[in-house]
Amino acid sequence: MSLRRTIAVARKEGRHILRDPRSLGMALAVPVLMLLLFGMALSLDVDKIPIMIFDSDQTAKSRELIQQFRGSRYFQIVGYTDNYEAIENAIDRNEIRLAVVIPPDYSRLISSGRQASVQLLVDGSDSNTASIAMGYAESVVRLYSAELRTEGQNRKAGSSGSSQAAPPVNPLLRVWYNSRLESKNYVVPGLIAVILMIIGSVLTSMTIAREWEMGTMEQLLSTPLRPTELVLGKMLAYFLVGMVDLAISIACAVYVFGVPLRGSVLLLIATSCLFLLGTLFWGIYLSAVTKTQLAAYQLAMLSSFLPAFMLSGFVYAIESMPAPIQAFSHLVSARYFVTILKGIFLKGVGLEVLWVDTLFLTVYATVVFFLATRKLKQKIV
Amino acid sequence: MWERIWEIVRKEVLQSMRENKTRLTLFLPPLIQLVIFGYAVNLDLEHTRIAWMDMDRTPQSRELGSAFAASRYFEVVATPDSEQQVQELMDRGRVQAVIRVLPGFARDIQRGETAAVQILVEGTNSNTASLVSNYANLVVAGFAAQVGADQQRLKIMARAPDGPVSGSLPSVTTQSRVWFNPEMRSRNYFIPGTVVNILMSVTLMLTALGLVREKEIGTMEQLMVTPIRPVELMIGKMVPFAMVGLVDLILVTTGAVLLFEVPLRGSLPLLLVSSLLFLMSSLGVGLFISTVSQTQQQAMISSFFFSMPAFMLSGFTFPIENMPAAIQALSYLNPVRYFMEIVRGIFLKGSGVSALWPQMLVLGVYGVAILGLSAWRFHKRLD
Repeated sequence: MSLRRTIAVARKEGRHILRDPRSLGMALAVPVLMLLLFGMALSLDVDKIPIMIFDSDQTAKSRELIQQFRGSRYFQIVGYTDNYEAIENAIDRNEIRLAVVIPPDYSRLISSGRQASVQLLVDGSDSNTASIAMGYAESVVRLYSAELRTEGQNRKAGSSGSSQAAPPVNPLLRVWYNSRLESKNYVVPGLIAVILMIIGSVLTSMTIAREWEMGTMEQLLSTPLRPTELVLGKMLAYFLVGMVDLAISIACAVYVFGVPLRGSVLLLIATSCLFLLGTLFWGIYLSAVTKTQLAAYQLAMLSSFLPAFMLSGFVYAIESMPAPIQAFSHLVSARYFVTILKGIFLKGVGLEVLWVDTLFLTVYATVVFFLATRKLKQKIV
Repeated sequence: MWERIWEIVRKEVLQSMRENKTRLTLFLPPLIQLVIFGYAVNLDLEHTRIAWMDMDRTPQSRELGSAFAASRYFEVVATPDSEQQVQELMDRGRVQAVIRVLPGFARDIQRGETAAVQILVEGTNSNTASLVSNYANLVVAGFAAQVGADQQRLKIMARAPDGPVSGSLPSVTTQSRVWFNPEMRSRNYFIPGTVVNILMSVTLMLTALGLVREKEIGTMEQLMVTPIRPVELMIGKMVPFAMVGLVDLILVTTGAVLLFEVPLRGSLPLLLVSSLLFLMSSLGVGLFISTVSQTQQQAMISSFFFSMPAFMLSGFTFPIENMPAAIQALSYLNPVRYFMEIVRGIFLKGSGVSALWPQMLVLGVYGVAILGLSAWRFHKRLD
């Protein structure tokens, strides 16, 4: 193997990329646009849930409860009504997510010291938003109920003077690593993995498949180049593109989105290199298997982009998946990289925690490298 | 004219059905997508792994512990003894939350003071974290209510040892009723969305690539010297793509209903009609991309970079109402958004034309506009 020939291939490939402004733009500008657009737009944080209130009690007590909902930052009352039909219509038209129905005997029950119940009608079609909305609504009512009890107790115990103001057990919530629970803090690092995957597999496999389609691959193969040199040379060019993308992405994440980068930048770059190498080799392997651009694209999407998006734990929790899919996700390199990204960005942990994932990325890159060179050799003979 | 269009349709169908490989690429990826999406896309939480740290070790604290262990949302997988172990568990992501009972828990309860339970939540995924903290609060609240009731009974009995138990306290509870998706399965919400994604990606890619390929290979010129007119060529080329799209739609819908048990409450004909409306937009965009691309690679990259944002900003996973106002405004230009609302309405809510006509109208208008513009460009380039 000769370093000189490898570098020559890399230079040739680099010229190709630079000469075609559209590809270069796609490789550099699009990741940034994606990061900016998705980083801003993609959020599962639920606030200002549109709700409707149906108060069939219409007393001072019921208005007190409504006031609690109005005061909460999680809800936005978009309308009041006096019948169920309006609620149904509004839910059908996606105007509200949740409706609060106060029964007619509400204040009577409360003033006689009994339990009143408030009905929550929830549009469950988006189950995630629905269960978060329901949780918030329940806690608004629970807080109000606690207040009522305290009031009642104080009134009763007023003469004896012993105030029993507080509830018996109080949960103290503390959130680690992402204390304000912002979606962007995990969406943006996850997007870095997806972007590197697209650059690494989809673009690379297509460019090389193109060479097969146009017949220029045969020309390259008739030169004294050996398959290993060809793979490494091609890869080097795209590796540089990927590194530029990585640098831009990290800068965007930290300076534009304000995602905390708590761990070591050096480790971040080193592990990203490992991940990028693995995906590049995979792209080369795919292009050697398929030979046509359309097939390369479809395979790359199915085998790298989709798993990176769906099975990496980037948005969808792996623990909630069925066992066979969980087992399969262990084969997805993006899974390990997303763990590393979250670890370095948000938790600030180092190799002492992440060494297993790093080791896996190394093994993955090595295995795929041998697969890719072997496949190329087979093709040539 | 119809005869010539029919001939092109026949030629296209024969051409694409002749090869085993093409047949597979038309129908296999949609099914793979359905299976991956169907199983993986899930935001529901069950059996969340938590750690239980009991620093009080009294009957009361153990009672709270069993309340957590009994909840179907949680699974206690670790019982750390020290701060360091807690740190370790959280850092490695072994648990989603640590419930810590501080010393003096039982004493505080007995004295009638507020006893505190610490809930440490691993917040890296803010969505999971807020669900976890909701559920944990729920468990603690249930426990607190029970403790409170016990205390009251004791107090009242103490005050009136032989009298009747009187003087209960007011309280308010909630009764939740969930419509359309009573078990709150997120699958029911996501799989109809997958139908939209598959229909779009298949037809868009086929149209864009199919037309550019003829340009690249040079067969477009051959077709041009025949008496076929550009409009006929265009219609003849797109009818088979639309057919493939509809077949994929039926395939995926069947899979969704039979395999994943997603309810299809509305009417199937309405689903097909609105799919046709949507196909006008997606075929139109594909046609447009084919007029601005010289090579298949360019066509592929362009369609990827159209369909990806169109899909992500359609409300598939990330609700549109959570997006910043500017991006929300932008999403009104996105045909996928309307089709997503229609498909989900038909599947989950059983909505009919009376609720969905605004979305259908917009899709129709977009379809005619996009298709018209692209047809005009296509025509111009061929002349």
